[in-house]
Amino acid sequence: MLVTINGKQFEAEAGQTILQVARKHGIYIPSLCYHEKVGAAGKCRVCVVEVEGMRGLQTSCSVVVREGMTVSTRTEKAIQAQKLVVDLLLSSGTHDCLACAQNGKCELQDAAYYLDIEHPTLVFADMEPHCDESSEFIKVDHNKCISCGRCVAACQKTVTNDVLDFGYRGANTEIVFDDGKKMGDSTCVQCGECVQICPVGALTEKSVKGKARYWETERVKSVCPYCGVGCSMEIHVDRKLNKIVRVNGVESSPVNEGMLCVKGRFGYDFVDHPERLTTPLIRNDDGSFRKASWDEALDLVSTRLTEIKTKHGPDKIMGMSSAKVTNEENYTFQKFMRTVIGTNNVDHCARL
Amino acid sequence: MKAKQLKIALRNCGVTDPENIQDYIACEGYLALGSCLIAGNRQAVVDTIKQSGLRGRGGGGFLTGQKWEFASQSEADKKYVVCNADEGDPGAFMDRALLEGDPHSVLEAMAICGYAIGADQGLIYIRAESLLAIKRLKVAIAQAEEAGLIGKNILNSGFDFKIGLKYGAGAFVCGEETALIKSMEGNRGEPVSKPPYPTECGYLGKPTNVNNVETFANVPAIINKGAEWFASIGTEKSKGTKVFALAGKVKKVGLVEVPMGTTLRELIYDIGDGILNDKVFQAVQIGGPSGGCLTVKNLDMPIDYESLIAAGSMMGSGGMIVMDEDDCMVAVAKFYLDFTMEESCGKCAPCREGNKALYNILNKITHGKGTMADIDRLKELSVVIKSTSLCGLGQTSPNPVLSTIDNFYDEYVQHVVDKKCRAKRCRALIEYSVVEENCIGCGACKRACPADAISGAPQKVHLIDQKKCVKCDACLQKCRFNAIVVK
Repeated sequence: MLVTINGKQFEAEAGQTILQVARKHGIYIPSLCYHEKVGAAGKCRVCVVEVEGMRGLQTSCSVVVREGMTVSTRTEKAIQAQKLVVDLLLSSGTHDCLACAQNGKCELQDAAYYLDIEHPTLVFADMEPHCDESSEFIKVDHNKCISCGRCVAACQKTVTNDVLDFGYRGANTEIVFDDGKKMGDSTCVQCGECVQICPVGALTEKSVKGKARYWETERVKSVCPYCGVGCSMEIHVDRKLNKIVRVNGVESSPVNEGMLCVKGRFGYDFVDHPERLTTPLIRNDDGSFRKASWDEALDLVSTRLTEIKTKHGPDKIMGMSSAKVTNEENYTFQKFMRTVIGTNNVDHCARL
Repeated sequence: MKAKQLKIALRNCGVTDPENIQDYIACEGYLALGSCLIAGNRQAVVDTIKQSGLRGRGGGGFLTGQKWEFASQSEADKKYVVCNADEGDPGAFMDRALLEGDPHSVLEAMAICGYAIGADQGLIYIRAESLLAIKRLKVAIAQAEEAGLIGKNILNSGFDFKIGLKYGAGAFVCGEETALIKSMEGNRGEPVSKPPYPTECGYLGKPTNVNNVETFANVPAIINKGAEWFASIGTEKSKGTKVFALAGKVKKVGLVEVPMGTTLRELIYDIGDGILNDKVFQAVQIGGPSGGCLTVKNLDMPIDYESLIAAGSMMGSGGMIVMDEDDCMVAVAKFYLDFTMEESCGKCAPCREGNKALYNILNKITHGKGTMADIDRLKELSVVIKSTSLCGLGQTSPNPVLSTIDNFYDEYVQHVVDKKCRAKRCRALIEYSVVEENCIGCGACKRACPADAISGAPQKVHLIDQKKCVKCDACLQKCRFNAIVVK
């Protein structure tokens, strides 16, 4: 069907919302609570537009397009409302961008930029700092939270952990963990889905602080090395230092739909850890290890395996493979155990 | 001739014993339900309510018959009838009084509604603190069940209808039907975007018809006396009567029920017998925190849904607070914003943050720190909050601000420019001082002052130190010589 937005006609599909059509065609409508993964919440009210034939302002995230619909996103009335609501959100928090980890990827910052808001105009008092740094990996800054509800929806509907919810009422509304615990004391498993979906700097990775900013990192697509699920991940690398800054799940991946677990998202310090094994080690007679080449190590393994098989039979050998390698490697390994060694004694760490 | 009350919703209140079903039955009680069941025509019941022109008495004024029709047309294996008894406007107690005085008329109406829309379960959402109403409802439900007027196979018609109670924790926003349903389901009481409307997808995802207590109380009378009778009362678009909780500075306060179209003057001066202590009428706030202030120029306006909205107010649930010359209208707006700021559920940004911003600006003005730009800001913010908020609470909460600015602009300017409060209500803008010629130096004011702000030797004129004065009014009350004045 054809829909007119700001005087131009666009092709739209049935069931799409105004916001979806606009975004697809590169028309910016400021919006904060909508995320394709958790759907329309109609909470932030920033994405209001005018629609011909409909009374008053409409939230573009929730209104489904109809054939011939005429939408104006930049009328005086719509801009005034968008601007004032963003101003209210900026005024009611401490949105200082300078040292914020979200700087450059903040949707509130974008909205303020496009709506030309230099300063919040409704600030009445300084706010006391209100942070929760009790958990292992995630920093919660309540003063930066705009109560958009994306993290709550993600926690409840996407990863179904049901840890996050809203507590208190009115202007005192804030996100709470379980029944109002600190994040670190709650049942949160630190999967970080909330961090990834947060449009502002309210939920950020602790480890990111002070490291390369969004526009300074290179995105490397990879697969999580931890288990056989094979979650797609996007690794943000600081090429100047050749260090990983953060890891995000790939939203478009059919495997994990952007989700990662605590290991995949935060457990990357092994990559450049000084104790990481980089060569095979062979045990000396006194129990200590010495570095060896792959050829030497594999020769030793094959000699010892042949010795044991000849002397004691193949069933005295057992193979244990790892969830950290690919399915193909696991397949090859069990094939090796059954056909080359000749035993069915093969197992996998994921069963432990 | 003085205006008279006409009681339809309150017809049995104070007449029958609410804890005795026989009393209710003697006053045509359950006759309407019986006749509907005997006639056996569900659509006819919906049509009667539609023809009567009955509109929702909870605030919005939506046509009740149309709502019933939507609910009856929704197809589902289970439907619900919900009675909204979550009355939360400051100074309003129509629904509570109705449930305390005549619970059976609401039960009967719910059963009629259940029959009309095809529901077999009714639920009354009532504030847990309405103890007497809850007790009377429980007694009434037990008696009606025992009499076979509620429960299985009512009057041998094959129609089943049970009624249960759900308790609210006293959140104003839960009077909004979608928030009410969320709360009934055990969730946080927050409204959700409509559509879908509750008549399609309501309580537990099933079609649900939500009506207010007073709306229901009209239903048995409409069935008994006919749609035409009901439609003959009131104005062209607002039929029947409306119950108001008349409060504030009137001589006779209390619940009144008048035909739609009665003027404010008739209500305040005939029924309410005029302003307390014969002071000058200043304004009347209709519709609680969602309504607006009406003034002298609106006194002869007929009270109906359309006229009130045109005048910048709304029917609301029926709270009516009368104010006299001693009330500061900026402080009144601040009072209501304080209420809505507390009662906003916090879901949508304009209501959550906007009402707080409005309150902050009003607070600034009442403290003498406002500017003319602040008044413009109030208007601008109010318009945006109204046009962008998710539910009725935010869409109407700036009404007290807008209507007081419209009607009492001078008072705002006085606060901002002259730093004075005409009504002498805003403490930061008033000053207590001694009238030298009247003061005999008795020392009564000095002894009463909690802030040690008054000095003066015995028999000599006393002096108030403005820096220390906390404006508590104690000196003024103690002085017997009219020697202390407020400016």
